[in-house]
Amino acid sequence: MTKERIYIYKRYERFWHWSQALLIIVMMISGFEVHGTYDLLGFQKAVQLHTVAAWSLLVLWAFTIFWQFTTGEWRQYLPSLRNVLAMIKYYVFGIFVGAPHPFRKTVQQKHNPLQRLAYLALLAFISPLIWGSGLLYLFYGNWVALGVDRYLSLEAVAIAHTIGAFMITAFFFIHVYLTTTGHTVFAHIKAMITGWEDAEEH
Amino acid sequence: MRNHVRILVGSGLLAFALFAQATGVASPQASPTPSAGAEISRSTTDHSKLEALKGPFKSGPEVTKACLSCHNKAGHQVMTSLHWTWETTSPTTGKKVGKKWTANNFCGSPISNEARCTSCHAGYGWTDKNFDFTNQDNVDCLACHDKTGTYKKFGTDAGHPLYADREFEPMEGPPGKKQFKAPDLTKIAQHVGKPGNANCGACHFNGGGGDAVKHGDLDSSLKNPPRALDVHMAKDGANLVCADCHTFNAHQPSGSRYAATAKDTHGLDLPKDDHNRATCESCHGPVPHKEAKINNHTSKVACQTCHIPEFARGGIATKMWWDWSTAGKMDAEGKPLFVKDEHGHLSYSAAKGDFRYGENVRPVYKWYNGIVHPVSITDKIDDSKVLELNRVEGSAADPNARIWPFKVMRGKQAYDTENKTLVVNHVFGDDDTALWKHYDYAKSIKAGMDYAGLPYSGKFGFIETQMNWFITHMVAPKEKAVPCQECHTRAADGRLAEITDIYLPGRDRNALVDTLGWLAVAAAIVVGLTHGIVRFVTRRRQGARHD
Repeated sequence: MTKERIYIYKRYERFWHWSQALLIIVMMISGFEVHGTYDLLGFQKAVQLHTVAAWSLLVLWAFTIFWQFTTGEWRQYLPSLRNVLAMIKYYVFGIFVGAPHPFRKTVQQKHNPLQRLAYLALLAFISPLIWGSGLLYLFYGNWVALGVDRYLSLEAVAIAHTIGAFMITAFFFIHVYLTTTGHTVFAHIKAMITGWEDAEEH
Repeated sequence: MRNHVRILVGSGLLAFALFAQATGVASPQASPTPSAGAEISRSTTDHSKLEALKGPFKSGPEVTKACLSCHNKAGHQVMTSLHWTWETTSPTTGKKVGKKWTANNFCGSPISNEARCTSCHAGYGWTDKNFDFTNQDNVDCLACHDKTGTYKKFGTDAGHPLYADREFEPMEGPPGKKQFKAPDLTKIAQHVGKPGNANCGACHFNGGGGDAVKHGDLDSSLKNPPRALDVHMAKDGANLVCADCHTFNAHQPSGSRYAATAKDTHGLDLPKDDHNRATCESCHGPVPHKEAKINNHTSKVACQTCHIPEFARGGIATKMWWDWSTAGKMDAEGKPLFVKDEHGHLSYSAAKGDFRYGENVRPVYKWYNGIVHPVSITDKIDDSKVLELNRVEGSAADPNARIWPFKVMRGKQAYDTENKTLVVNHVFGDDDTALWKHYDYAKSIKAGMDYAGLPYSGKFGFIETQMNWFITHMVAPKEKAVPCQECHTRAADGRLAEITDIYLPGRDRNALVDTLGWLAVAAAIVVGLTHGIVRFVTRRRQGARHD
């Protein structure tokens, strides 16, 4: 059994991932307090923290979109239906019987087909929902000036934002669980920290 | 070396603490606090030097004549103001309003009780319905312009001050006669100036017949309030007087309960504007907060709602309940009964019935667009439920409405059970029908209605009423404003729990979305855990097999 190491997550990518993770966790915690689910910081501080985190994440995304296009990494998110079934079969069955992972991470293809689909859904559906409703929520005071007050109600915007929040929260837990499905429990997390992935040969 | 660092850090901290302490003590003194003396010195006239004010003055109208000999338009200006007419036409509803007609659940009607009630009229001698409203000599200049603090209209003399010292036993005071001194009108006439808080307060702090009784946000604690009580009127706050906001134009006060500006869309009151500063926005503008999210509230929430967390905060209790139906009880000796509670407040008065009081009261919140519908004593009423004497208009859908804080005054008062109208109750007077002499409603209501010339069936009962008094004074410093979560909460006692026609973040949610959402989150966790456990178990089995 030989071990091969590949440098899969570059420095910016790792910075992006972890700062985004931190911001999203902060926003989940503060967001559900704003929603009234619990009382932790107090409503005002929760709103302030949520707002600061949202702006920070927007800035981070601006840099990240720039990075994705300048490096060509955006191609990592192009979906492909090839081998999706094999991935599903692996997670539902193969993983329990020690079947080999049907996908081999390479620098060119660091996401498996299921991951690509999941990230695309996140990007194309949850993200517009949560950012669109969130920005409208944030700029509630400007609705009249923007001429959108006729078409919107705070309730509709808040509910849309809540739906997005539940989706991202559910995604978060699945995502965290799936990080443990590498060849060791912490292999994926280690890779996201160091950039180096141990690709085990079977 | 390490010790040096410690000493450096230690002394730095000490220096910082001393600095902070020094600035903390020094800053209030450094802020300019113009005194009352400075205000007088700005005047271009020393009234004590004027020939016309040499006196001696023996009556209020004599002083007024002297004032008007120079201020020759002032009398007629006052005579068109609400301070004089006590009635006006509502600009929003077209209804005749004012003390003469608008019902209240405090003292009742001034009609037939003039000599007592008009002790707060800006005039002299309104003893009965034949008062001459066109005689400018009857205007009382001193009530508003006395700067000595010694002028006082006597409680039962139809707006006149005492002209000779008098012994008098107040109805609800401790038994026994008290000596009342007549003010020195000549000295007062020579020391006049712009109205201060005590001038306005002589009547407005005592609305409803005593200190703090009526408003809840206006009482004698505002004569010299601490900053925490009123950030505008405190000497170490903005040091303003009533008239700085209630600006007068030709003796017409700005700010009205009959035509309130519930939402000031004009904003700052600049010299080119109408010199009406009786809204917060007149000085603070429409978006006064640094934080945009807080400014977002101003279209739907009145400033007062957050910035006046409680009313009656000055240590003086306001009346919250007044039940006229129990009046007339006598003690064992057959004398009118007066009972004080443990706080020294009159809780029962044979003359007025039962009272309940409140201090540091959290307001009731209602939508309000500035339009109020006062019940007149001539209006037909519905006696099948609690009667709201002045319904305020507004809803979430109304673009002119905002959420306002109110003192809701409750009580029971007499009404005509056949004609279904409220009644004029003759309470005050030295005659054989006044309630406060004979404690007989049958006589006092009949006398009041006859005097007012209103139809009366002769049958009376008592109806529970409530009245809305919007709260706008006693503005707290910003650090004492209502914290966000007192409204943005799911708690049943949230401040806006009764405002249900808006989506309030932190309180409201869509039940279906929340249920499905939490199910999805739970499913994500459960699927992950189950998958992980199965993986763990099957891997161990494989491991065992390999061994």
